[in-house]
Amino acid sequence: MHRVEVWTKSTFGDPHAEGVFSHIRELGIESVSAVRSARLFFLAGELSDADVRRVARELLADPVTEEFRVGASADDRTRVIEVHLQPGVMDPVAASAENAIRDMGVKVQAVCTGRRYELVGDVSDNERQTIATKLLANAVIEDFYFQAHTPPESQGHSYELNVVEVPIRDLDDAGLEKLSKDGDLFLNLTEMKAIQDHYRAQGREPRDVELEMIAQTWSEHCGHKTFRSDVRMKDRHGKVVEEIPNLIKSTIFSATRELNKPWCLNVFEDNAGVIEFDDDWAVGFKVETHNHPSAIEPYGGASTGIGGVVRDPMGTGLGAKPFANTDVFCFGDTTMDLSDVPAGALHPKRVMRGVVSGVRDYGNRMGIPTVNGAVYFDDRYVGNPLVFCGTAAVMPKSKCTKQRPNPGDAIVCVGGRTGRDGIHGATFSSGELTHEHETEFSHAVQIGNAITEKKVLDTILQARDEGLFSCITDCGAGGLSSSVGEMGEKIGAEVHLGRVPLKYAGLSYSEIWISEAQERMTLAVPRENVERILKIFADENVEATVIGTFGYSRNGKPALKLYYNDANVGELDMEFLHDGLPRPTKDATWDVDPKASPVPPVKDNYNDTLLKILAAPNVASKEWIIRQYDHEVQGGSVIKPLVGAAEDGPGDGAVSRPVLGSNRGVALACGMNPHLGDLDPYQSALHAVDEALRNVVAVGGDLERTAILDNFCWGNCNKPDRMGALVRAALACRDAALAYSVPFVSGKDSLNNEFQTNDGKTIAIPYTLLVSAISVVPDVTCCVTGDAKKAGNLLYLLGETRPELGGSHYLRVEGIETGNDVPPVDLAANLKTMRALQKAIAGKLVRTCHDLSEGGLAVAAAELAFSGGLGVEISLTNMPTAADGLAAKLFGESAGRFLVEVEPEKASEFEKCFVGLACAPIGKVTDAGRIVIDKNIDVTINDAKSAWQGTFDW
Amino acid sequence: MMNIRALVLRAAGTNCDVETAYALQQAGFSADRVHVNRLMENPGMLGDFQFMVVPGGFSYGDDVAAGKILANQMLHRLAEPLNQFVEDGKLILGICNGFQVLIKSGLLPWGHVEPSSAGADATLAWNDCGQFVDRWVHLSCDSDKCVFLPRGEVIALPIAHGEGKFVPRDESILTKLQSADQVALRYCDESGHVGGFANPNGSVDDIAGICDPTGRVMGLMPHPERFIEITHHPQWTRRNIPRADGGIFFQRAFQYLCRK
Repeated sequence: MHRVEVWTKSTFGDPHAEGVFSHIRELGIESVSAVRSARLFFLAGELSDADVRRVARELLADPVTEEFRVGASADDRTRVIEVHLQPGVMDPVAASAENAIRDMGVKVQAVCTGRRYELVGDVSDNERQTIATKLLANAVIEDFYFQAHTPPESQGHSYELNVVEVPIRDLDDAGLEKLSKDGDLFLNLTEMKAIQDHYRAQGREPRDVELEMIAQTWSEHCGHKTFRSDVRMKDRHGKVVEEIPNLIKSTIFSATRELNKPWCLNVFEDNAGVIEFDDDWAVGFKVETHNHPSAIEPYGGASTGIGGVVRDPMGTGLGAKPFANTDVFCFGDTTMDLSDVPAGALHPKRVMRGVVSGVRDYGNRMGIPTVNGAVYFDDRYVGNPLVFCGTAAVMPKSKCTKQRPNPGDAIVCVGGRTGRDGIHGATFSSGELTHEHETEFSHAVQIGNAITEKKVLDTILQARDEGLFSCITDCGAGGLSSSVGEMGEKIGAEVHLGRVPLKYAGLSYSEIWISEAQERMTLAVPRENVERILKIFADENVEATVIGTFGYSRNGKPALKLYYNDANVGELDMEFLHDGLPRPTKDATWDVDPKASPVPPVKDNYNDTLLKILAAPNVASKEWIIRQYDHEVQGGSVIKPLVGAAEDGPGDGAVSRPVLGSNRGVALACGMNPHLGDLDPYQSALHAVDEALRNVVAVGGDLERTAILDNFCWGNCNKPDRMGALVRAALACRDAALAYSVPFVSGKDSLNNEFQTNDGKTIAIPYTLLVSAISVVPDVTCCVTGDAKKAGNLLYLLGETRPELGGSHYLRVEGIETGNDVPPVDLAANLKTMRALQKAIAGKLVRTCHDLSEGGLAVAAAELAFSGGLGVEISLTNMPTAADGLAAKLFGESAGRFLVEVEPEKASEFEKCFVGLACAPIGKVTDAGRIVIDKNIDVTINDAKSAWQGTFDW
Repeated sequence: MMNIRALVLRAAGTNCDVETAYALQQAGFSADRVHVNRLMENPGMLGDFQFMVVPGGFSYGDDVAAGKILANQMLHRLAEPLNQFVEDGKLILGICNGFQVLIKSGLLPWGHVEPSSAGADATLAWNDCGQFVDRWVHLSCDSDKCVFLPRGEVIALPIAHGEGKFVPRDESILTKLQSADQVALRYCDESGHVGGFANPNGSVDDIAGICDPTGRVMGLMPHPERFIEITHHPQWTRRNIPRADGGIFFQRAFQYLCRK
């Protein structure tokens, strides 16, 4: 092995080493005064010293900024940590380098890469160990060494077939529960008994792979047991007050069915919800969470989160092309003292940095613009950060409906190789996190490679356009087990696990079947197309393998048969797998006494309050994140996430053109308010829907062509209060969808977001519902933004302001304890306002529109003013309101409101749109650079903007 | 209309090829997206095209270094046809990752693919801020000979990169580039003042793009294909945007080749 070290010349900065240095500081380690790093390359083969030097000079090191060294640096100068991939783990850089070296005419046998870090300072052994394990090496795939290390040339261990049977038929209750726990099956006793009954009837014991497959299919993650359960709603005395059969069917699905929109083309049954875009095209949208992996390994968890959700629309209909990503995060307080972070959890700032980098690196590499998002902070997210990743995609309308494979179709596995990463991801995400999970479930974190996924996308779209496959789905949670299991539900399948390409030798048949290794898609390909489709993949260096055939039945019923080489290693009845899960009944309660928020004393002046709300983490500018995301790739950007005179003001929704050359667009936006969820989950959910819709309407979306998505992140719903809150929120989703005539088309839930600390406490996250909206924009040239445009223009307030401060940011920053009187959402009135506003925007009567959300009118006015680089002068005398309290008028968070700028000559025509609705001129845009509201607020736009931008000026 | 053909070169990880091809078509080109594997199989096909664009993205995941692997393929598999392409008076444009590829293959700054000297005189290093940045910048068009640019104008384009800091090997290289009129684009403010806060990545001499000694091979970090519609501009809802500046690059290339 020839070793080449590539170092940055001392005259240039090394951002990688600097990043590591700052992360070391975040770990609280002060002894390190500097970090240097080198990239390591190991070249195996008969290379002359001259060859090695030529490769180093011409390929590996940048001649201007880097220098190289052949052989190892001395280890005694500093504290050394070397990080190397474990033997056999796929190394994309090495694979690229190997090909490149061969292109140079140098005969190399193999290449490995690694990284060397040198820590300067008086660093203790413990500290070095901490830095290596917490920061530098991912235990799933990497090893670390405290001196120069040369990787061995061997290739992992081989696997010898050993078919494992798991005795279940004779177990008692305790035995069944123990089996579930020891096997990480996360199944309850009723479910274990159903499995036991099935195998008793079969007259045999299950194989391990069968049990794994049942556990994964029946997991909360894949089976959505809670949402499909029958609910007994009880009052505080335990009396049943309402019975709801199949919660999701009775609420969200039923609303969509009742609305029955002809432009909803593929709802709930596929990997993404799909609506019509125009006569030729359809757009799909899906939002997923990747919470548990992000808690353990923020970078890898978040990047595979985005990688996973991107595959959802790729696996919808016959495959869609992603054109926009969204991301919404929830973290603990980033200023939290390190000693307050519970053992087993990572510091929120570290989580946030890792998550943002993970989404950035994956999304940017895939070439999908990240156009919209939000970040919320609450201490209860410390052990369970939430990472919502969304993808919108476009596909021909003729290829957008749910497909099924035909018997005889080849099962083709496309993309990444299968490894031991991501084993038990689906079942793991169905349990609660504890302080020990970090080590126990490190294998559940997947490892992503965006370029592999990009290659898969490029080639799958070609194969789709040639009509070469009959069905496609992504290999997500549950891996092949889930994708083949779902596709073959009605017709069965035979699979040869020994044919699945592996990252390294040594995987058992069971591991191959359930691995959640990334960047894989499963296709059903008619036999006559197999040769052609394999050529398309091979032409662009995408691995694709026929691993079996759809269509297999036993005793006349569709079944799955698994082989490893020639041995039968598992057989499972599809009907039992998919329909055998006993539907649970869950107890729920939500019975709380109303508690009014106090009426705050009137103050002379609210300048400080305004600045405090602007700087509050939930409100403050997220420019630090947004700028790291490519939000313009693909050339469809119309309304960007940052708007205004200096291109740094807040945008309400994002607008993109998915079809180049067409002026039709798509608006994407979201609504969420976890701190209201605590107080009143029903009203909180209405607010989330209202906010998502306000945001798409504010930029020019068509409410009649808007669909929404739900993502529920909840605590443990076996606890009746959590379940009660979930029921209330689901009912609100139904009511809002029906009232606004806006259907849900897709959704996902992530439950059990609770963290067990080592002193036995449970931290449950706030009830968190994300509503994401996708809306067709008929003509993007009519779109508007929320930044003030011109002095002299009139400002109108739409929607009624009521005396409501419950759950508001005002009470929060003033340190006043809120009641549970969340402002009730007036669905009927808000619908009228939004429809009228939509008409006014389409008629080009609106110069600027900004929705009122956190911080109410004062914050919206401030944002409008400073992002336009102008000013506003507002009087509250005219505002449509039933509120008499000044604080409620300025900062109340009644839903359904907008601040709109109108040119004086268009005022009367604008007002005509709002006859009979709450709409009043309340002031005007000025060029004074001040935000003036009566005598109560007078702040310069510079001060307001500094407050807003200062919080995350990282 | 003349049929002038443009080749948009793509590889694993290229991700701006579709909109670049679209921008070329809007300017009058017939544009084909061609995978580098096809070009390596049949290098002669390059002769069918008059313009080659290496678009943005993360070719080969930026493995080893940004643009390096694709550049290596050019150096060792495509050197002859590429050098012929330049000699024939044709045009090459590298955008963002494509600029990195052109620098590392030797096509820039000196217009010649040559393994022993490629990349020796200039590089694109990590941004001073150490991270990826997406924002709009103003650019001063400073070269007379660069066929893609209207000399003397100030234009607006977006950047989106992590490694875009242009660094010549030393002062003498910079002087050579300047005196040969090869410094094509420089970061400036709206009124055309070069440098200061307008420089988003720490590029030496505020350089955003350069051309070869003939002016027919150009590379730049900003993305012209992302400003070919008025609605691409971040301020189109605020004020009248008279022109989509990115379109100029492709239109001027088309006009140049038509004249030829």
